[in-house]
Amino acid sequence: MVLSSIDPALLLASLIVASTPILLAALGELVVERAGVLNLGVEGMMITGAICGFAMAVNTGSPFVGFVAAAVGGAILALLFALLTQLALANQVASGLALTLFGLGLSSLLGQGYVGIKPPPTTRLDLPVLSDLPFVGRVLFSHDLMVYVALALVALVWGLLKYTRAGLILRAVGENHEAAHALGYKVVRIRILAILFGGACAGLGGAYLSLVRVPQWTEGMTSGAGWIALALVVFASWKVGRVLLGAWLFGGVSVLQLNLQAAGVAIPVEYLSMSPYLITILVLVIMSADKSRAPGSLGRIFHASQ
Amino acid sequence: MTGDLLTVSGLTKAYPGVVANDAVSFAIREGEVHALLGENGAGKSTLVKMIYGLVKPDSGTMTLRGAPYAPHDPHAARLAGVAMVFQHFSLFDAMSVAENVALGMENPPPMRDLATRIREVSETYGLPLDPDRTVGDLSAGERQRVEIIRCLLQEPRLLIMDEPTSVLTPQEVEILFQTLRKLTGEGVAILYISHKLEEIRALCDHATILRQGRNVGTCTPRETSARAMAELMVGSSFAAPERARGGKGDVLLEVSGLSVAAQGQFGTALHAISFAVQAGEVLGIGGVAGNGQDELLAVLSGEMPVPAETLRLKGATIGQHGPSQRRAMGLLTAPEERLGHAAAPDMSLTENAILTGAARENLVNRGFLKWDAAEAFARRIITGFDVRTPGPGTAARALSGGNLQKFVIGREVLQRPEVLVVNQPTWGVDAAAAAAIRQALLDLAAGGAAVICISQDLDELIEISDRFGALSEGRLSEIRPTQGLSVEEIGLMMGGAHGMEVAHV
Repeated sequence: MVLSSIDPALLLASLIVASTPILLAALGELVVERAGVLNLGVEGMMITGAICGFAMAVNTGSPFVGFVAAAVGGAILALLFALLTQLALANQVASGLALTLFGLGLSSLLGQGYVGIKPPPTTRLDLPVLSDLPFVGRVLFSHDLMVYVALALVALVWGLLKYTRAGLILRAVGENHEAAHALGYKVVRIRILAILFGGACAGLGGAYLSLVRVPQWTEGMTSGAGWIALALVVFASWKVGRVLLGAWLFGGVSVLQLNLQAAGVAIPVEYLSMSPYLITILVLVIMSADKSRAPGSLGRIFHASQ
Repeated sequence: MTGDLLTVSGLTKAYPGVVANDAVSFAIREGEVHALLGENGAGKSTLVKMIYGLVKPDSGTMTLRGAPYAPHDPHAARLAGVAMVFQHFSLFDAMSVAENVALGMENPPPMRDLATRIREVSETYGLPLDPDRTVGDLSAGERQRVEIIRCLLQEPRLLIMDEPTSVLTPQEVEILFQTLRKLTGEGVAILYISHKLEEIRALCDHATILRQGRNVGTCTPRETSARAMAELMVGSSFAAPERARGGKGDVLLEVSGLSVAAQGQFGTALHAISFAVQAGEVLGIGGVAGNGQDELLAVLSGEMPVPAETLRLKGATIGQHGPSQRRAMGLLTAPEERLGHAAAPDMSLTENAILTGAARENLVNRGFLKWDAAEAFARRIITGFDVRTPGPGTAARALSGGNLQKFVIGREVLQRPEVLVVNQPTWGVDAAAAAAIRQALLDLAAGGAAVICISQDLDELIEISDRFGALSEGRLSEIRPTQGLSVEEIGLMMGGAHGMEVAHV
């Protein structure tokens, strides 16, 4: 039986690793969209983060510095988007698409000297006792720090949106920016901050690809992960918990199909490669059939006239 | 009555091209209801936005209880004890009542305590409200309660209300007035903006009248007639609409057994609606917003398809036809939403004139536009309905609400409809312009057309309609002659009570 060659513990452990990049990017985009901004530049910010993180990690020898640089790089690119859409009132769709193209070009330029280099390894946490537990230790407690940072961010964003005043104001700005402005909230400032957060998260997601998941630098290495993150936010109905679920589902099917390919299952490779995209979107479409809807001001340009 | 709560002196604000407020001065005393009157574009909104800190004055000063007052944003205004209920509610549909209230407060208590306090305040002031409901599901009256309670929880000294009654039933207006009187009894001052002069006479102690950004006078509304106040606002006298008409003719439009399922999350279903309108009459359809008015208009205009035999125009079934065919047959409509529904905001008035007038005014020749004819048509609307605009090339968006309303109504009236359906024809329009629009509708009926006027303004319906019916939760009440109907009876019809109950009152 070919399937017996697949180790479930290893599969689950690699599921978590595989899902982390899009989880980070989608989480950032979720915050951006809840603030009422549609940033289609996730792919561009991810790949910029990937090369910024890779370059800094190689040059300093510290993956930690690399991740910080990736977040900063993603945020700087997002700042460009913020200036265009929030201050120059440019169209968000066009600006976001331009940002993706710009990010892809910029990353190839920055990455010219880094092809074929190995980055410093990101160490796995070795938690005493926990990591040694059978199965659970392997699946949950022997990852690198970024996996836990991503999960902590998920919890943080969820709690922030649900329980805090800051989260309430962010949602209010996304729901009805005119009313929020009339009540005296700084719509543009809040949105710029959300966009920067989204950029930083996308950058981290990109760096996780280039420093941990792959780990090396190749041009266009995000290969659509940013778009999947965008789709994830929509199909997850702008809910944090569903983004986590969607990311895990996508990561899970991705590693499963790789394992199936390796095990030589008699399904054409093309079908297996498309399966993560197909299954994730299918499941999320079914889940989003309830009455939840997009933030009311999503993608609309705000100008404090009158 | 003690001293002045808020004094405003020499407040000036200019926007490019217009002076919105020119050295406006007045004072509001503690515990009084002070009315702010003026036509559309007279500068009322700008003035209250300056008091609420949304707009910074170019010059001039304000004092609040003797101390200098210059709020740089609404937070500062709220901390100083100034609260505001907006005309277009500043509410968030997808959020709960409690969340909406919390967003309008400076230091909201934790959510659980807030829900309790909302219940307390809503009971104290007779404004029942459930803090856990989603605002998108509430009626207009309930939404206003959310706004008012949001203000009351801050214990304001000055409450600004911008056209608070435009969406309420007479009964709801009475409840609101009781609440406001209770507040003034506690020493709260209220700055009240409304176009409804009779309401102002009933409620307000003093009135300040603005015309073209200047304070043109004050009066005591109880001692001034509504007509005198309207003339102060306009600066000249104007004619009240007059009925002059012949008898009724044949039935032009007949609706029978019309039922439509609710569209979308916040839509209303229509249930078994039947009525007929005759040539030469105005049928008024009242009701509080959100009870099926938009749906009824969509059905009559042809935007929402219905079974063919439910609608008959001059005997021919038209339910299956779309808007263009119905227009060609003589059924014209003017929806409520001016920007985006009745007019395309970024297109010029000429282009907007083509959009509905193409067929009946013969503005198209084998698919090519006749620009000269279209512009002439737009000019006829502009002169015929006194639309104040630089010319037909102006974008619809650039017109003030009242002027655009005159344009969209005029555009339909001038196409010589046989049946005209209008929804909220004078919403947000000042007294003089409203009188002109009503006169046009009456003239149209006098000329042998049938007019269906859907409106939330009861005074308007009483003034122009021959027969009156009310929509309530998608059901149409019995249709009765307007003459002899009392406001109480109309209120009951709007509340969904029918024939029998009314008879017992």
